[in-house]
Amino acid sequence: MATIKLTINNQPRTLDVEPDMPLLWAIRDVVGLTGTKFGCGIAQCGACTVHLDGSPVRSCSVPVSAVAGQKITTIEGISKNADHPVQKAWIAHQVPQCGYCQSGQIMSAVALLKTTPKPTDSDIDNAMQGNICRCGTYTRVREAIHTASAEIGTTNKLPKTGAKVGKR
Amino acid sequence: MNTNETLSANRRDFLKTLGLTGAVLVLGIPAVNAGAPVPATMGLLNINAAPTGSELVPYVIIEKSTAGHPGKITIMNPRPDMGQGTYQSIPALIAEELGVTLDQVTILQTGGEKAFGYQMSGGSSSVRGSYMPLRKVGASAREMLVTAASQQWGVPVAECTVADGRVHHKASGRSLAYGDLVEVASKLPVPSDPKLKDPKDFIILGKPALRPEVPAKVSGRAQFGIDTKVPGMVYASVERSPVIGSKLVSFDDSKTKQVKGVRQVVKATRTLGKRHFDGVAVVADNYWAALKGRRALAVTWDHAGLDKFNTVAYENQLRELAKQDGIVDHSSGDFTKAFANAPTTLDAFYETPMVSHSPMEPMNCVAHWPTPTSVEIWTSSQAPSSIKTNMVEEFGIKADDVKINITFNGGGFGRRLFQDFVLEAAHIAKTVGKPVKVVWTREDDTQLGPFRPMTFSALRAGLGADGMPLAFQHKVISPSIGATLGNPHKADSVDKTMTEGISEQQYEIPNVDNRYVFADLQVPTGYWRAVTSTTLAFAHECFIDEMAHKAGKDPFDYRMAMLTKASDTKRVLTKLREVSNWDKPLPAGWGRGVAQYEFFAGLAGHVVEVSKQKDGSVKVEKVICVIDLGTVVNPDMVRAQTEGAIAMAITAATKPGITFANGAAQQANFDTNPMVRINEMPVVEVHILAEGGPVIKGVGEPGLPPVAPALANAIFMATGKRVRRLPMDLSKLA
Repeated sequence: MATIKLTINNQPRTLDVEPDMPLLWAIRDVVGLTGTKFGCGIAQCGACTVHLDGSPVRSCSVPVSAVAGQKITTIEGISKNADHPVQKAWIAHQVPQCGYCQSGQIMSAVALLKTTPKPTDSDIDNAMQGNICRCGTYTRVREAIHTASAEIGTTNKLPKTGAKVGKR
Repeated sequence: MNTNETLSANRRDFLKTLGLTGAVLVLGIPAVNAGAPVPATMGLLNINAAPTGSELVPYVIIEKSTAGHPGKITIMNPRPDMGQGTYQSIPALIAEELGVTLDQVTILQTGGEKAFGYQMSGGSSSVRGSYMPLRKVGASAREMLVTAASQQWGVPVAECTVADGRVHHKASGRSLAYGDLVEVASKLPVPSDPKLKDPKDFIILGKPALRPEVPAKVSGRAQFGIDTKVPGMVYASVERSPVIGSKLVSFDDSKTKQVKGVRQVVKATRTLGKRHFDGVAVVADNYWAALKGRRALAVTWDHAGLDKFNTVAYENQLRELAKQDGIVDHSSGDFTKAFANAPTTLDAFYETPMVSHSPMEPMNCVAHWPTPTSVEIWTSSQAPSSIKTNMVEEFGIKADDVKINITFNGGGFGRRLFQDFVLEAAHIAKTVGKPVKVVWTREDDTQLGPFRPMTFSALRAGLGADGMPLAFQHKVISPSIGATLGNPHKADSVDKTMTEGISEQQYEIPNVDNRYVFADLQVPTGYWRAVTSTTLAFAHECFIDEMAHKAGKDPFDYRMAMLTKASDTKRVLTKLREVSNWDKPLPAGWGRGVAQYEFFAGLAGHVVEVSKQKDGSVKVEKVICVIDLGTVVNPDMVRAQTEGAIAMAITAATKPGITFANGAAQQANFDTNPMVRINEMPVVEVHILAEGGPVIKGVGEPGLPPVAPALANAIFMATGKRVRRLPMDLSKLA
């Protein structure tokens, strides 16, 4: 075991883990943030995408020891109330179907808009083709990125989504 | 029978399991009315079977108002969400009739409790199966609440109206919240035939609406099975033979036990249908340790000849079997005579592969046995009712002692209709004596099935002097899903799941003779989104194009000429011709193809446009779809489902699929079993036909079957190359 210090969503963390544990499992099983998903384990699907010092990485393929001392942002860290412009656009376009890949899709989209605030379709293809969506929400991912790009900096309200989902 | 009589004895316990207390109105309908008609082709799964008996189905729960707060209104959802939007569409059916807005209700997922009838998402059945039964639930509740109000006010029922969770009496300006009326209403008899709203008065149904769970799905808060954490939980990863069905001989776990965090190594068993597969489970403090421990195992398997299986040889076997006559699936007229006398004949042989489901959330389950005879399950599953049944059969425990927590499904596509991963986790948890979370790797998920089976098709047609068909034959040669899951195939029977739709097409052909030839297969196969309609439509609708070509006719004209009588197919194709601009020219190097398919789940028709690229590849440019529904609950969700269906069908038609060598799948992860990505996604246009009428058709599946044939037909138009085998390699077709 090793003691690894890193910052996740602006909170300093000290993790007592095997150094070869992928960052993904440290985030999910040790820290307990489950928004970051396991999809393939070999950086092929993008479901585990997080930001490492602002850039998107596939956390399933980064040993936690390799990011000691660095800043990680997960889906839980991009907004408090699902009101990041990308999230708002995702709701407005009803992008998610099953939703499982969408944390990764959103993390890739947020990173894209940071470096390319007005992306073309081909910018979107390049930035997003590492994220598989088996439900096939790609058409809406594209539309939502364009919408988010137009709305960043505005203060549009969160779309209203009806019923509450209860927990038994 | 009265709701209250039925539920009074068990009400307190029942409500406790739902996390509810206090004075409530629990309303339901007899479970026997809660299911849609059982599609013949889905018999094995008993897709819409309702339990026998007269239990009531309590879907609506209204709590008594308390000081200034209207009582909470809860609607139970019996259809697990796997992205198809049942947290909106299903409660909407009840809320519309009940007279509440969706933002007034809380939605709870059912967990296989007998009181809710058969609970399952599959077969495109959620909306079409629930449309009338759940509207009746809402209408019954509304009538009881209105009766209670009219009694309290001493006014006729006819003078009372409902809106926003209140009963109103316009003349006197009075109104009462449902929670104020629930105590009296709950003692009234449940109306057996409540009056339903006129669809023209619908406020919720038929209109695009945002789904309530989407904010949770964009913020990482939505709980999937894999996100479950319960106190004292340990983690497991299971080594299973890559040759499915091999017996465990022995294992050496000495290296495994040196991995930090590994607690124990136990034998595992995976029950899929009537088959049982051995495994070795490594149990650890965290998943990474379990996985590392698993990789350090040395396991000896007895393949008993199963490792001789390979796809190349199996396909030759299917081609050989095609020479057999097979068993008649459907026969009309005299095919043999008409074919023999036809001035022109043609025949073709079509082949398709096995494919994986590959939902983005790999299989997983948390199981815990608080006592030796009771168990709790947390999982992503399409069929809580199947979990109940399977757990009772597997462990000989009582149904009431199986508590099931259904989370959001990170994709289903039919894979999560099978509960093998639940039973396996339950076995491991029983052995370990602690709550255990079993998570499959992507490689496990890709290689261990059940897979969508392949179908091969031998087609023949005899054309008249005018080029129109006189005789038509579609013979399917394939394994049987049921047989691969251990249910013996009867030699003189047709497995209707394997001939799905081939005898349901509306084309007017006087002499038809469709047949089935059974092929044995050791690899487990299963239902997949639109199942065999995805492969059979490819053969059927490409061959129709071949007939049109032979007749020298436009493929759209040719189809319409076989649809002289009014039919749903004729309506769909008429609309499709218009919206696809079929009769307008395309740019040079482009081609377009048309296909439609009617099967148990519904009906859709597509036009696909492709272009030849300079690098020798073909690009899928655009898919225009017309889907026939009769009635629509949420048009935006229909569009989303159909966009997704098209993406999934393009993957199935153009990516490698699953092949076997030395008994094991040759693909393991998304590098070798690729899926369509955003850069490969065409423009999609979805048109919904919702013209009312008594039949409601399914949404989730009908968008798939026409994709592969319309694409192949478009490639023929663009390149002159006739594709008769899937997968097609788009990079080499131009």
